[in-house]
Amino acid sequence: MPEKIKVATASLAGCFGCHMSLLDIDERILDLVQVVDFDRTPITDIKKVGPCDVGIIEGGVANAENVEVLREFRHHCKILVAMGACATNGGIPAMRNQFTLEECLRESYVEGMGIENPMVPNDAEIPLLLNKVRPLHEVVKVDYFLPGCPPSADAIWTFLTELIQGKPIAFPYTQIHYD
Amino acid sequence: MSDQQTITIDGREVPFTEGQTIMDAALAAEVYVPHLCHNPEFVPHGSCRLCVVKVNGRFQSACTAPAAAGQVIDNSSDEIMDMRRTLLQMLFVEGNHVCPACEKSGRCQLQALAYYTGMLSPHFTHFFPLRRIDASHPDVVLDFNRCILCELCVRASRDVDKKNVFGITGRGINAKLIVNAASGKLGDTGFSVEDKAFHVCPVGAILPKHKGFEVPIGERLYDQQPISVVGDVAAHDEENAHA
Amino acid sequence: MTSAKTELEGFVAEVVDRYGRDRRNLLQVLRTVQDQQGCVCDDAVQTVGQAIGVPAMNVRSVVEFYSFLHGTPRGQYDVLFSDNIVDRMLGKEGLMARLCERLGVEPGVPRADGRVTVDNTSCTGMPDQGPAILVNGLALTHLTPSRVDTIADLIERGVPLQKWPGIYCEVEDNVRRRDLLLGTPFIDGSGIRAVLAQGPDAVLDEMMTSGLRGLGGAGFKTAQKWALSRAAAGHEHFVVCNADEGEPGTFKDRVLLQGHANLLFEGMTVCARVIGARRGFLYLRGEYRYMLELLEHTLAQRRRAGLLGKGILGTEGFDFDIEIHLGAGAYICGEESALLESLAGKRGVPRKRPPFPVTHGHDNEPTVVNNVETFSAAAKIAANGGAWWAAKGTATSPGTKLLSVSGDCARPGVYEYPFGITIQEILDDCGASDTAAVQVAGPAGQLVPKRDFGRKIAYEDVATGGSFMIFNHTRDLLAVVRNFAAFFAHESCGFCTPCRVGTSLMRDLVEKVATGNGTQYDLEEMKHLGKIMKQASHCGLGLTAPNPVLGSLDKFPEIWTEKLKSKDFEPAFDLDGALSEARALTGRDDVHAHIA
Repeated sequence: MPEKIKVATASLAGCFGCHMSLLDIDERILDLVQVVDFDRTPITDIKKVGPCDVGIIEGGVANAENVEVLREFRHHCKILVAMGACATNGGIPAMRNQFTLEECLRESYVEGMGIENPMVPNDAEIPLLLNKVRPLHEVVKVDYFLPGCPPSADAIWTFLTELIQGKPIAFPYTQIHYD
Repeated sequence: MSDQQTITIDGREVPFTEGQTIMDAALAAEVYVPHLCHNPEFVPHGSCRLCVVKVNGRFQSACTAPAAAGQVIDNSSDEIMDMRRTLLQMLFVEGNHVCPACEKSGRCQLQALAYYTGMLSPHFTHFFPLRRIDASHPDVVLDFNRCILCELCVRASRDVDKKNVFGITGRGINAKLIVNAASGKLGDTGFSVEDKAFHVCPVGAILPKHKGFEVPIGERLYDQQPISVVGDVAAHDEENAHA
Repeated sequence: MTSAKTELEGFVAEVVDRYGRDRRNLLQVLRTVQDQQGCVCDDAVQTVGQAIGVPAMNVRSVVEFYSFLHGTPRGQYDVLFSDNIVDRMLGKEGLMARLCERLGVEPGVPRADGRVTVDNTSCTGMPDQGPAILVNGLALTHLTPSRVDTIADLIERGVPLQKWPGIYCEVEDNVRRRDLLLGTPFIDGSGIRAVLAQGPDAVLDEMMTSGLRGLGGAGFKTAQKWALSRAAAGHEHFVVCNADEGEPGTFKDRVLLQGHANLLFEGMTVCARVIGARRGFLYLRGEYRYMLELLEHTLAQRRRAGLLGKGILGTEGFDFDIEIHLGAGAYICGEESALLESLAGKRGVPRKRPPFPVTHGHDNEPTVVNNVETFSAAAKIAANGGAWWAAKGTATSPGTKLLSVSGDCARPGVYEYPFGITIQEILDDCGASDTAAVQVAGPAGQLVPKRDFGRKIAYEDVATGGSFMIFNHTRDLLAVVRNFAAFFAHESCGFCTPCRVGTSLMRDLVEKVATGNGTQYDLEEMKHLGKIMKQASHCGLGLTAPNPVLGSLDKFPEIWTEKLKSKDFEPAFDLDGALSEARALTGRDDVHAHIA
């Protein structure tokens, strides 16, 4: 039996919708695990990514921790994939780029409704936010993009199967969408 | 019939008459040439550059280049499609195009063309410009984030509605759509949903209030078939308006 | 409040009247309003719009198109530093920092007391006597640290510009070599007399024989342009002189306008006779505002001498006059169709072509648009015959060419050579040694390496409108490219996608590599982006904007590769810098508050 392909996934500034869509491949996941081993993913609960063939990232880059995780993935994964709208162009979280970080934080922690003890949190445990939310390709080299909010299970399936078979990835028209 | 003049687009002979552009001839023959700022009801503009084709080896915009007998035109080579995909990526990073949050998604010409050219990412570094939304009008919302400067609303309001509601100001990457009111607000103009300018936006910059997301995903204009088959959104909106 | 508004309305009405209530004079009206008011404020926009019959929005969009027009007040003294690479080599950056420091201002931000603004502008056409500045639109040259200190003092004391030392405003001609155009005698009126004596057909034939080609750089056959326009049907024909000499490093038209305006006006008048025009326009770049009175004076003299106006030289029915229109800081208006838009008082956005100006130019009527140098040559060809011109130069590039030589050489200035001169001969003449490269034809042209100095200035080899900037071995050529990339991003009109977005993307990529944050990947990105801009752009600006990058990647790859940070990939932005706002808001500076 040939060695299995090692895959890791993570969600940065996303909503886990892409991971839900990944699970939506339903029973096909049984075919997938025949050829794939999962390293760090929200499904396995492995915390640190190790050497992998493929890293799949959901979500954009919104804070210092996102940068760190993304760089670890880039370091350990031969192929890095941006999965979903947020990873590809920042998506919904990047709508905060229409405001300064100060406006965002004041609204959330100082002036918003129902806030007690208003202050911008400054605990060293909390990752600092970037001035703007960025897509992955502005921080590291990305090898493949899988658009959609989320990408459909079929699109994810097309991508994974063709990638594993070493084919050029060709999505049918209905599988490319941005919403 | 023998004296019918023709051009050749991607190996197909396409007839034309004197005074037609390459785009006119292609549209009449139902040969799809991608475009955003072109709408056959208006004078050609030539700004989006999506319709640039290679005419006898020279790059020209199909919407402004006159058809001439014997032209051999490349409208679909890898080189042309790469150019178009790159132009679309420029438009995507220039504005703030958040498809999941846009009511026009599924019947947006920018998005449909990106699908058509197989654009999987915006590729470039985003400008993330600061642009505000104008919700001052009772029936219409104007979202500058999505404007691609095609000037169709400018032309429609000036030439058809005779109202001059829209214009372009600034220069270079700072060029932007403006509204003809001292306040700068659409609500302070004579703009109406009856205006032609309301019906020509190829993207989600000019949208009706009080409705949105009416058609389920999967059934929208460009969900099942590409824009090369379905055609422009404005043509469909017109049909709906007259239905 | 209301009285201020009434006063504004009265003033605007008077200005609009002075310009014939003609919307084509909108740009001229706005310049006048700004001269008096300091800016074109919102109220002025509305008032001008109403008075001249243009939607206020369109008035605003004109104000916001031109660099020299402002919607909000600038300083009482508006100081603009010419930001051409040659001005920089002459010390512009240090002098600008010095002036800012003396005056306590940030570049581009009016001082709180409204006294002064210090900012950058594109090349003002003085690199042979830079660093140069514009103060309230007037040109000042040969800036030095001590002059900067005096200027700061004059500004602080509020001394009117007219009372500043006259020497500051002296603009030298610096003509170093003369040939057919600058070195042979010309009697005012002799060109017009020739066309009257021989008739337009004969003069067109002489023009054809001369082989004269557009000396602005494009090289279209002048006789053919005139003939096409002459043959085109229209209600009226127009002659337009393109004096929007905006290509950085070019200043030869400045010398022709300042010292030889009669020759130019004569050429326009000859053209008018040939094509049957009654009106002509000189579109003068805003940077040359200082010459306006001189040029108006020359026109008045010519009217008095019967060389302009009604019944020129006593010939019944030969009526022709020339108006001067001032630009307002937009490089794109050097493109002839953008110039025509600007002449019509609009934003300088290049038109679709076809139709071309020869059939649909000013007012949509047949129009000849030629460069200053071309009209000047035409006047002499009319007087001396075509063979006289064709005797010099090469077979495909007849005659002579004025070159604007600046940069690393002992004698910068204007050099007139027969076409076919080699770059090396020019370098020898102007006293350039240790030359590493020459930028010929401005940023839109090409950076010629030493191994190609044997190449010739001619349409068939190295074509140029006249800009010739010299860089010696001590210069950082990447700084040159960086300057040019920023220039194009600033000057793109914003009409078409590839130029509007592409020039800014390119500027950012160049910046990334130049600041030591680039990789091979970024170089490949530039090549691809440049290729797309050259395929898809609407006009010459976008089509040539990638030239400095593509040309230097090809001819000088080492200036790029030596700056690369790594082979692989670097972020598009400064990661640690992107935490700066959060650090400031939280007051944190711990190890997790940084990205290494």
